[in-house]
Amino acid sequence: MIVVSLLFYLFSFIMIASAFMVILSRNPVHSVLFLILCFFNSAGIFLILGAEFLAFILVIVYVGAVAVLFLFVVMMLDVEFKSISSTVISYLPIGLTIGVIVLAELMLVLFTWKRDYSVVDNLSATIDTQYSNTEIIGLVLYTDNILFFQLAGLILLASMIGAIILTVNHRPSAKRQDINKQVERDAESSIKNIDMKPGSGI
Amino acid sequence: MIAINNYLALASILFVIGIFGVFLNKKNIIIILMSIELMLLAVNINLVAFSTYLNDITGQIFSLLVLTVAAAEAAIGLAILVIYFRNKGTIAVEDITEMKG
Repeated sequence: MIVVSLLFYLFSFIMIASAFMVILSRNPVHSVLFLILCFFNSAGIFLILGAEFLAFILVIVYVGAVAVLFLFVVMMLDVEFKSISSTVISYLPIGLTIGVIVLAELMLVLFTWKRDYSVVDNLSATIDTQYSNTEIIGLVLYTDNILFFQLAGLILLASMIGAIILTVNHRPSAKRQDINKQVERDAESSIKNIDMKPGSGI
Repeated sequence: MIAINNYLALASILFVIGIFGVFLNKKNIIIILMSIELMLLAVNINLVAFSTYLNDITGQIFSLLVLTVAAAEAAIGLAILVIYFRNKGTIAVEDITEMKG
């Protein structure tokens, strides 16, 4: 039990420290690497909470896809390395005000919050300990929440189409396939006989 | 079992760090996108913590959907960033007001 507590505090400490480094580091590549560290530690926290499937999804999808996408873009754009400190002074008052207000409100909620035990009576999908976490998610996601699952797929499709349309580069000089032209082509329009004289080229 | 307040405190600190990242950064829009990812991660920690403590799987399902939307948002945001950089040669946040049409 004490080991779990120690692990929780270790993971949370590294997570908060690396989140600070994400917004404070001078080099965007370092920011992305600290973001990856932050995701790994939150996967550890999910494991402590018993959400194994989400922990692995976090490592696979976030670290494997999203963070690598960030890394690609950071390296491709070749941005200049500017520290946050050059602009931090002018925006510090408003940022600090809003941050402190939000933190104070969250802490107010946190320390006055009480659990309403009647909510246990209205749970929709209670966790059955005889199955593993992944099995439970599958049992609920593909039956009760099938609409949300399919909507998530639709969102991913829309974002994929959007990203492709935004970044596709139409150069007029590039040669492209024209299906109509290819289908209309026949022997009369593509073959012609030339009367060649001996000893000369075309 | 660790008290749920620990998880909520962790999530709120992470969320506020994300807000700081959005507000204090005016040079690099990639850092702002990463701050948004941090804020979504904080929300996910909240959802999973309540899911475990109420013994109800719906929180984890919701967290899965948040992950999906975050991935889609990152893809679209980075695509916009790439075409903006291709046109302007910079990604400073201050110059983006030029995009007003």
